[in-house]
Amino acid sequence: MDAIWVKDLTKTFKDVTAVDRVSFSVPEGELFGLLGPNGAGKTTTINVLSTLLHPTSGQAEVAGHDVATSRDLVRKAIGVVFQEPALDGKLTGRENLEFHAMMYGMGKEERRRRIDEVLGLVELTDRAAALVEKYSGGMKRRLEIARGLIHRPRVLFLDEPTLGLDAQTRRHIWDYIKSLNRDHGVTIVLTTHYMEEADILCDRIAIMDHGRFVALDTPARLKDILGGDVVSLEVEGAVDDLLAEMQKLEWVRTASRHDGVLTMTMEKGERRIPELVTLTQARGAIVTSVHLHRPSLEDVFLHFTGSTIREREASVAERNRMMMGFGRR
Amino acid sequence: MISLTAVYVMWLREMKRFSRARSRVLGSLIMPLFFLAFLGLGFNRMPIPGIAPGVNYVKFLVPGIIGMTLLFSSTMQGLSVLWDREFGFLKEIMVAPVSRVSIALGRIAGGVTTSLIQALLILAVSVLLGFRAHNGLGLLAALGFMILISFTFIGLGLVFASRMKDMQGFGLVMNFLVFPLFFLSGAFYPLTNLPWAIRGLSYADPLTYGIDGLRAVLIQTHSFPVALDFLVLAGFAATMLFLGAYFFEKSESV
Repeated sequence: MDAIWVKDLTKTFKDVTAVDRVSFSVPEGELFGLLGPNGAGKTTTINVLSTLLHPTSGQAEVAGHDVATSRDLVRKAIGVVFQEPALDGKLTGRENLEFHAMMYGMGKEERRRRIDEVLGLVELTDRAAALVEKYSGGMKRRLEIARGLIHRPRVLFLDEPTLGLDAQTRRHIWDYIKSLNRDHGVTIVLTTHYMEEADILCDRIAIMDHGRFVALDTPARLKDILGGDVVSLEVEGAVDDLLAEMQKLEWVRTASRHDGVLTMTMEKGERRIPELVTLTQARGAIVTSVHLHRPSLEDVFLHFTGSTIREREASVAERNRMMMGFGRR
Repeated sequence: MISLTAVYVMWLREMKRFSRARSRVLGSLIMPLFFLAFLGLGFNRMPIPGIAPGVNYVKFLVPGIIGMTLLFSSTMQGLSVLWDREFGFLKEIMVAPVSRVSIALGRIAGGVTTSLIQALLILAVSVLLGFRAHNGLGLLAALGFMILISFTFIGLGLVFASRMKDMQGFGLVMNFLVFPLFFLSGAFYPLTNLPWAIRGLSYADPLTYGIDGLRAVLIQTHSFPVALDFLVLAGFAATMLFLGAYFFEKSESV
């Protein structure tokens, strides 16, 4: 049975469509990733699936229950780790977990056992008696992951689980997530805007942009779409003409232009580079640098959306700044 | 539908937070104590029209200050949903598999408990200042009035907190609602001293009946029959609790 089944899901806020007719399903036991820039609609998708927001239209089932009509059944079956900390700083780590376990109707003995277990899992046993307001960012995130697991959810939602954490803590959390999925069979849906994270962790990835899924497949196959190697040429001169020229070459699979950089995919890229350079110079342009690498998810994202994820975020940040400016005036 | 465990958990959380916020609790008691001490002692020997002969001003003021303490602490308790929203904990509450009514009831139970503790502390201090309740039964009845006052204003706080997205409206509620409710309630002076137009507003203020009821049972001086005080206040309490729970149920959690 599918752990998650979504059909034409749409969520609009006033005049903004945050999630736009999205359909997908996640089989039981899968580690599924939603990849996209901030503002792509990942968090809204998670909020609808975890019953915090009502869908505007379309249908969604989690663990076999409709998220709009059977909220309590869905809530019992899921664990959620939100993007922003959702802890009570005036309670200790253990008390936060106690609160959660009691809310999920667990008996005293089971509660104590499970809390000890999950505290051990995230290595917070020593600090369980400290007030959460004294915790570091990484400790808070670990405590939240522990909390999401106490009631043995069938589906765990992780919204940007490693946002703002240092490299070492991030690797730690990746290990937890992997072992949860592999050893405990928990279906996991995570959102991220880190390509590397999606690539390392996920069985399948949906690339999300402007509220829609632009691609959905395994990381390997997503990268295969581009095929072979990615060759980037930094060029000075008539770039557009060159692009048209190169698209005509039969061994070039895809070609796109991004400022002064031509990015192409092809087999055996290292053998084609001299030919590309010669061709460029024959057209009176100058190659200033050449780069060859195996396709990454970054290239896949660029391929599907026409911009890099960083630029997308920069433009969102820019828009936000402008809106704030209006607000302050 | 109503999960007693969830009500208890919400209540327990409130108790833990309360017991760890001693300095804040003490701080919130300072203002009513200043009012009680300086207004009470300052006006104590002045004759004030409308106060029954034989009732000195401190005696008259104590029920008013108790009402004030309950008004402020209960409204704050209702509005505390805003803090949970600000610090993210509201999501953890909202995603739990329990009905929102249970959550609202748990909040109300916690709020009533902490507000009552604060009101009783004020009462204890006023005993040190020479205040004496008429009799034990009156004290018990006063407790009933205190609970109804607390219910009313927690409900009010919940209504506003459920409608507001962030903390910005907090100051507005305090300045344009809570303070007027306080001044209109007759906490400081008999309402008969107010011009009739303002007195009309006072009659729409639930705290008016709460404080009059408290005066009736504690010091046996009142403007309305005590049964009327009780019925009107109970009506307000039931309505506000229902509205508070209703709006909380309907609120968006993110």
